[in-house]
Amino acid sequence: MINGIDIVSVWVLDQDSAKEFYTEKLGFELTNDIKLDNGMRWMTVRPPGSTKQEFVLMDPAHSMLDEETAAAVRALVAKGALSPGVMATSDCQGDYETLVERGVEFTQPPAERPYGVEAVLRDDSGNWFSFTQRKAWG
Amino acid sequence: MGYQRADVGSLRMLRKARDRIDRDYREEIAIAALASGAGYSRAHFIRAFRAAYGETPGRYRTRRRVERARELLRSANLTVTEICHLVGFTSVGTFSARFSELTGMSPTRYRAEAAARGGPAPIPGCFALMWETGLPAPGVAEPGQDSTSGEAGRPAGGVASGA
Repeated sequence: MINGIDIVSVWVLDQDSAKEFYTEKLGFELTNDIKLDNGMRWMTVRPPGSTKQEFVLMDPAHSMLDEETAAAVRALVAKGALSPGVMATSDCQGDYETLVERGVEFTQPPAERPYGVEAVLRDDSGNWFSFTQRKAWG
Repeated sequence: MGYQRADVGSLRMLRKARDRIDRDYREEIAIAALASGAGYSRAHFIRAFRAAYGETPGRYRTRRRVERARELLRSANLTVTEICHLVGFTSVGTFSARFSELTGMSPTRYRAEAAARGGPAPIPGCFALMWETGLPAPGVAEPGQDSTSGEAGRPAGGVASGA
C-alpha cells in the first residue's frame, strides 16, 4: 500500500541560501548535506514537526537536467511559477506572525477557507507554498 | 520563449514586484514606484513584466482585484459596492465593467449563479488564485489594457466540482 510522500523535491537557485532560509527562517532541521562525485549536492531538510517527511533542495544546474532545461527551470523558479506543495501547520496565524518577524515573505496572509486556515508563503528562491492549517477530517 | 530571454536576477525582481501587487492589491501603488523598486524605468519595467508574465502590471493588478472580488461575492455577506471598495476600485462603474469583461457577467449575476451552484468548490483557494492570476495561455495576445481575450478557457470561479 502506498502511504504517502517521503521526500518532496524543491528546485532552488542557490543551495547555501536555501539552507539558511529553510533552517534558520523556517526552523527546519538539516538532515543531509552531501557532495556527490558527479557534482550534485544532496541536501535535505525536515520540517520541525515532522518525523519522516523531508524536502530535498536541488540545484537544477547540478542535477540530472541538461543545461538548457536547468536554465529553464531556474527561470521558472525565479519568476515564481512553481509550487512544490502545501505546507501543513498546526497554527497558521501564530506561525505566520513568527515567520514574518523573521523576514519570511508571504503573498497572502492567513484567511479562513472551507478546509481550514490558509496563507501563501514564498521561499527565498521563488517557490510558493500554500501554508495551511486543515480542519479536522470530517 | 519569453522566459529564456530574461536572466534569473531580473526575473526575481519582477516576481518581487508582482508579489507586492498580490499582497497590496487594494493600494494604488504607482507603477513607477514598483518599477524603481525593481530597478527599472517605468517603461522598461512594463515591457519586462509583460515579457515575463504575458500582461502589463496594471492589467495583472486588475485581474487580481477581480479575482478577490469573485471570492468575496461567493463567500461574504457584503454589498457589491462594499466589495468594489474592499478590493481597491474607487468607482463602481469601473469595477462592474472590469469584472464583466474578465468574468463574462456582472458581479450581481455572478453572485446569484454562485449561490445557485451551492457551496464553495472543494479546492484550496490558493490554487484557484494561481489559476486566475497565473500565466495566460501561450500565444494569447494582450493588446493594451483592454483585452477581453484569454479568459475563455479558464475555469470560472473555481473548478468543476466533480470530486
